[in-house]
Amino acid sequence: MSTINAAEVARVAALARIDLTAEEVERLAGELGVIADAVAQVSAAVGPDVPATSHPIPLTNVMRDDVVEEPLPVAAALSGAPQSEDGQFLVPQILGEDA
Amino acid sequence: MSELTTATAAELSQRLRAKEVSSVEVTEAHLERIGQVDGAVHAFLHVNSEEALATARDVDERRARGEELHPLAGVPIAVKDVIVTKGQPTTAASKMLEGWVPPYDATIVERLRAAGLPILGKTNLDEFAMGSSTEHSAYGPTRNPWDLERIPGGSGGGSAAAVAAFEAPLAIGTDTGGSIRQPAAVTGSVGIKPTYGGVSRYGLIALASSLDQAGPVSRTVLDSALLHELIGGHDPRDSTSLPDPVGGLVAATESLDLRGVRLGVVRELGGEGYQPGVQASFTAALDLLREAGAEVVEVSCPSFAYALAAYYLILPAEASSNLAKFDGMRYGLRVEPSEGPLTAERVMAATRGAGFGDEVKRRIILGTHALSAGYFDAYYGSAQQVRTLIQRDFAAAFEQADVLVSPTTPTTAFRFGEKLDDPMAMYLNDVATIPANLAGVPGISVPSGLSDDGLPVGFQALAPAQEDARLYRVGAVLERLLDERRGHRLLADAPSLPTTVSQEAAR
Repeated sequence: MSTINAAEVARVAALARIDLTAEEVERLAGELGVIADAVAQVSAAVGPDVPATSHPIPLTNVMRDDVVEEPLPVAAALSGAPQSEDGQFLVPQILGEDA
Repeated sequence: MSELTTATAAELSQRLRAKEVSSVEVTEAHLERIGQVDGAVHAFLHVNSEEALATARDVDERRARGEELHPLAGVPIAVKDVIVTKGQPTTAASKMLEGWVPPYDATIVERLRAAGLPILGKTNLDEFAMGSSTEHSAYGPTRNPWDLERIPGGSGGGSAAAVAAFEAPLAIGTDTGGSIRQPAAVTGSVGIKPTYGGVSRYGLIALASSLDQAGPVSRTVLDSALLHELIGGHDPRDSTSLPDPVGGLVAATESLDLRGVRLGVVRELGGEGYQPGVQASFTAALDLLREAGAEVVEVSCPSFAYALAAYYLILPAEASSNLAKFDGMRYGLRVEPSEGPLTAERVMAATRGAGFGDEVKRRIILGTHALSAGYFDAYYGSAQQVRTLIQRDFAAAFEQADVLVSPTTPTTAFRFGEKLDDPMAMYLNDVATIPANLAGVPGISVPSGLSDDGLPVGFQALAPAQEDARLYRVGAVLERLLDERRGHRLLADAPSLPTTVSQEAAR
């Protein structure tokens, strides 16, 4: 993972939808390189025969009974919205001009 | 300082029930203390005087009417600001959520309200609980009551400092890699990370969902047990909540000795990298526990060597996914780009660029990288395999010992800025606490005294999953023996804090 250079930071930042300044990209590339080298030892520690653990304590999923419950009122759900209109979240344009 | 603020939660509970004191008096004493010392300590991001006093009045009235109340009814508490509180701001110490008022309560908060605990306010933390010093809070760091030039630990430095500075008898913390235990260690307070799933995560702003666990923060082991029994137990709104009831924790603190208990000293959690003063305090505590009847053995957990590295793959990966919801669309900050078209994607990127601090960006970028095509198996997959190895090490160690012990942290509280520019050095603070999160087992940090630098040292105990009661037994015995030897509680040795006359008191 020592491939975290500035170009990779910029690529990943775009995937993560975070605007970074050029200075931030440079600094993160340096810092992440060090961290990445440290974590690279992880892949060396395990062989193919070790199963993965995604969760510390095994549990079986259960379903509750399908009963009607009082949901969060619309006004409460919208109470923190930067913008709302007619009981809906108001968001910027989500499709391109020609879509 | 009012003796109402130096009393433990258990003592306050008793005096409230005996009607020697009212909840309004207790709550006012704590609010006054906050007004006096929080200018220096900065444990709180938001103080909740009006609502806390309303709860206190309500509890007093109900008690006067003879209603049956929870033992902790009327005892005030502070809540880490990563747990949502209806009608009260919740920021996760991030600019992303500045001024956000959640429309619902976390299950923990519901339980606190139902039991009648006045919520004094919301405590400071590293932004989105990412850090070990509170230096990553967007609202400025919390200071260690033992030395205001030093860190109070993190991420839950606010909760630990609040109890250590006698601003609250109880607090709620969250522990993803040590964020309850490490602050407890460096502030001379008590903190417990319960078994994963033992306390509901519903309403916790998630950092790493497979590691996060909320738990009690207090000045005594008994107080944590009382709080743990209140907040623990099954919650149908948390799919990882354990179905079994939580109990027997308060009873476990009543044990007078450790006869028949095998303590396993983890070889890998000590020695190189651990300050001599920390090691000496730990060894002295072990001697005391031996005198109390414990058998001490040494155990080895070789895979712990990879725990920190695995953690710093799993946590950023899960965090990068959990924090995707902060997109400026439904709640929280929205920032529009200064130029170009106003599309949702560009608004998201501008919002996240402006709203997240450096450490949050660092971890989201690392996590997104680790999860992206071509890297997933090598990094996230391998880290999950390491998790299996760590669980196996715990299982083998618990064959030889009932409880595993180590220093909670390698060092005492460091100075502000000392590790800020070196993320790896910062991450190493959590080397002894992280294995418990990876395996889901419970852990406690109890003060073992002061190091040669005059700062508190934490003694960590770890138990098998759902054996949290063992931690309370060991912790309570150690605390009692140390208090007896010292003749007073450790926090009585903390220097007095500079006080400012609160506006309320001045009126």
